[in-house]
Amino acid sequence: MAKTILTVNGIRHELDLSPWVSLLDALRDRLLLTGTKKGCDHGQCGACTIICDDKRILSCLSLAVAKNGSEITTIEGLGDDDNLHPLQQAFIDHDAFQCGYCTPGQICSAVGMLKENRATTRDEVSELMSGNLCRCGANKGIIDAIMQVKDGGHYE
Amino acid sequence: MNNFEYLQAADADQAINLRDKDINAQYLAGGTNLVDLWKYNLTHPAALIDINHIGINNTITENPDGGVRLGAAVRNADTAYHPLVEERYPLLSKAILAGASAQIRNMASNGGNLLQRTRCYYFYDDQVPCNKRIPGSGCPAKTGYNRIHAILGTSDSCIAVFPSDMCIALSALNARVNVIGLDGERSIDFADFHRLPGDAPELDNNLKTGELITSIDLPENGFKDHYSYLKLRDRHSYAFALVSVATALKLDGKLITEARIALGGVAHKPWRVAEAEDFLINKEANRENFSAAAELIVQGAKGYGDNDFKIALAKKAIVRNCMMALDPSSQQPGAQPSA
Repeated sequence: MAKTILTVNGIRHELDLSPWVSLLDALRDRLLLTGTKKGCDHGQCGACTIICDDKRILSCLSLAVAKNGSEITTIEGLGDDDNLHPLQQAFIDHDAFQCGYCTPGQICSAVGMLKENRATTRDEVSELMSGNLCRCGANKGIIDAIMQVKDGGHYE
Repeated sequence: MNNFEYLQAADADQAINLRDKDINAQYLAGGTNLVDLWKYNLTHPAALIDINHIGINNTITENPDGGVRLGAAVRNADTAYHPLVEERYPLLSKAILAGASAQIRNMASNGGNLLQRTRCYYFYDDQVPCNKRIPGSGCPAKTGYNRIHAILGTSDSCIAVFPSDMCIALSALNARVNVIGLDGERSIDFADFHRLPGDAPELDNNLKTGELITSIDLPENGFKDHYSYLKLRDRHSYAFALVSVATALKLDGKLITEARIALGGVAHKPWRVAEAEDFLINKEANRENFSAAAELIVQGAKGYGDNDFKIALAKKAIVRNCMMALDPSSQQPGAQPSA
């Protein structure tokens, strides 16, 4: 077991973890933050996307012990029922989901993408969101929602 | 999936010595391929040696010879968006951004990109034979479903392709790979880094056991005026290449004075043909000459049934990409074909 310190959504946690525990499993099973979803568990779907040290990454392919000392934001850290993150509100406005399983990963990925500030056009946004699959086919609404926040100017 | 130890190396010497002590230990950088292979029960590390904190591989800097050195632990996204790379080696930037997804590019290291294993379906299925996984067991791909497989440089024992986009650009740019091992440091020409399968497809490259990649050197000439990367695949984005092409040209008016063309998705390593590049020297940069070069590049190509289409596709992709290289602004996000 290895002592691993993770600051998740502003709260510091000291965990004793086996080296083979993924960051995804540590978040869901140890910290009970089940907003982050396990889709493929192989880096193919993006459902497990979180923000780690200001970058969007896949928690399923990250070993928690290797992220010792990191600051992590999950969907639970972005907003709450009374105070939605602008992207959460935009996803509702644009009906950007059907089953909702990919949504936390989509929103965390979009937060990371807007912070990276590398996309201008809709095509570029689409390209930089291609690591998040939506099997329900809500992609048009997802990109609409992101464009609203991106071009609406109220993203911090 | 087996259990393993986690070790953190403080410097390169410690990493190499930890690796030397345990033949079943492996280096961990971004982990995007290694952790996946471990989850699929295809690799069984006794220990992972974290090399993200060894201090010699975390920067992108200018070299005294006018080139640029890419640290092996620098992430693919940080490399693609680095000002030195964007301005001087835009071909490399475009190729990196055509690979994987934004999340994976944020995680994956430059050194690890060179060491990716093939995505051959039979390699990934531990219930079937595969000469790359179990030497001597056979190759079901040759007579099986082989839409994604190689058409060039294949052998009786393996028709897998090397999956990287970044490496196709590094190949075209004549990069060098710097490594350190128990015998000290050495530098490897990019052309000699990866290997063809021959009768030992279990070996993807010419690294010696335990050698660690520390950096990648780019020569001064980045071909920033005339370059293009084109990636053709079954999905619009986030899929491996069926065929990809990196083109870098130097022009004097309409005449070509230097040409580099590297193909991805067609062989066990980035594919370049000196004869084709030489043919283009002092020729006019036009469709006809690029077509003639394309014929030379795919000379000897062999289809295995489902992948026969790649031969014609590769030729057309070469011509299209060379024409795009004349006007790099015609490139589309994600290395899609221009309209």
